[in-house]
Amino acid sequence: MLRDVTFGQYYPSDSFVHKMDARVKLVLSLLFMVGIFFVESFVVFGLITLYLLTVIAVSRVPLKSVLKSVRGIVVLLFLTALLNVFFTKGESEPLVNWWKIQIYKEGLIFAAKMLLRLTYLVIGSSILTLTTTPVDLTHAVESLLKPLRVIKFPVHEFALIMSLTLSFIPSLIEETDRIIRAQKARGADFDTGGLVKRAKAFVPILIPLLVGGFRRAEELANAMNSRCYEGATKRTQMRVMKATWRDLIATLFIVIIFTAVFVIYAKKATWGENIWLYF
Amino acid sequence: MIIKLDNVSYYYKSYNDDGTVGSAVGVENVSLEIEEGSFVALVGHNGCGKSTLAKLLNGLLIPKSGVVTVNGLDTANRDNIFEIRKNVGMVFQNPDNQMVASIVEEDVAFGPENLGVPQSEIVERVEQALKQVGMSEYAKRSPHKLSGGQKQRIAIAGALAIRPKVLVLDESTAMLDPLGRREVLEVAHSLNKQGMTVVLITHFMEEVLDCDTVVVMSGGRVLKTGAPMEIFEDGELLKKVGLAAPRTIALSQMLDDIGLKVTRNCTDAKKLGGEICQNLKK
Repeated sequence: MLRDVTFGQYYPSDSFVHKMDARVKLVLSLLFMVGIFFVESFVVFGLITLYLLTVIAVSRVPLKSVLKSVRGIVVLLFLTALLNVFFTKGESEPLVNWWKIQIYKEGLIFAAKMLLRLTYLVIGSSILTLTTTPVDLTHAVESLLKPLRVIKFPVHEFALIMSLTLSFIPSLIEETDRIIRAQKARGADFDTGGLVKRAKAFVPILIPLLVGGFRRAEELANAMNSRCYEGATKRTQMRVMKATWRDLIATLFIVIIFTAVFVIYAKKATWGENIWLYF
Repeated sequence: MIIKLDNVSYYYKSYNDDGTVGSAVGVENVSLEIEEGSFVALVGHNGCGKSTLAKLLNGLLIPKSGVVTVNGLDTANRDNIFEIRKNVGMVFQNPDNQMVASIVEEDVAFGPENLGVPQSEIVERVEQALKQVGMSEYAKRSPHKLSGGQKQRIAIAGALAIRPKVLVLDESTAMLDPLGRREVLEVAHSLNKQGMTVVLITHFMEEVLDCDTVVVMSGGRVLKTGAPMEIFEDGELLKKVGLAAPRTIALSQMLDDIGLKVTRNCTDAKKLGGEICQNLKK
């Protein structure tokens, strides 16, 4: 029943993007996500589209897999778009004026841009998760958060919790599956009745799962202690992360594009509402 | 003498139904000496205290009375704990609950990383440990896709990467199928031949056959210590603690007792079968 749940959506390949340093990928993805909110004209959106298509092509991830991630937020996208359409007030005559509903041209344009931004946001982040294993991501987070040690933020513990969570997901899924089957064998019914009844039916699954979780945690703590775990003090790491020429090229690529985006955004006032730059 | 237990007792807190807190025996007045390079089996029924004893060996539990020393270091002294755990590697029952990473080689590297071993040496240790348990080709795999026996071998590799003198297998075969059990035992015996002291905790009597010493426990106490055959001969003791000699041995004992000409304490089923046939022909 739960066997098909896969965590993360890593798409194995040895492309340029896959071989990049996970830290660089993470930072560039964050930059992209922030940058996308400074894109205001459809012309620049066209540029970003071209950029995303290039990255997808270089990463050798099928376009279908990338678009699959957008499917998950379709409802959210439409809700956002609808709200923007109905609640944005424009200066010109409304296109639709019926009862209490007015739709302006500005509203439509704004909604369209929001739709594009959110879609590109999701595509951008899914390119990161499609080309980086969860393990690499954890290491990247640990490495990038290192400066926070200065303010006593437990960086290593934080990363360890992340990676333990990742490695326990498969066995927890397996255990849930086993408990569900065990309760079904005892006549538990999960598929009929109203919402409340169904929710209640899950209590006999949650309790053993929770108890099992605590037992697991205790055993894991013993195993970690036995292997000389003492927290972050004097700990070394087997994995070395190294940025290469690939990361330099990718960084330059993104920096050039988003410098353009920021310049256009900043100069908007002085250049005026040029039809080409600000639709 | 690598590990020495001197009159060790440990009690757990027990919570009674009426809300009072009592104590339950973990182990009581246990004295035991484990020689360097030996293969010691600890047997007993569930709740006999063998897992408590295991946890006392590397300072996961500190005795309430008595002294446990590893390589001359007292486990009750907090300052010694790191050194003790470096010497005593431990593998537990459930392979899934002792994996810390989602990639085999990273899990094996966990111990040396904790010790602060330099990066290049960690790689070397991981390679060697995986080779010792015959799992080199699985280094980049995800442990949850492996069989129970393979996972347990990874766990052993994780302990080996610390380079301990003693390896404690705390019911590490209990959850495995016969094939997985054989894999783990073979690894344990080959390590022992290379000089590793092995403490095998189990309730499968077949597994203690090739050990040097067998320690029989019941109710938190050590009832008898001796060579495997010595233990198998003590039918009364085995009955008392709810264990039984391996089937072939038990059968050869029974046949010998009723006067048939068979090798007593025969471990080879085929040989015993042949001897039974010889007897039948007469």
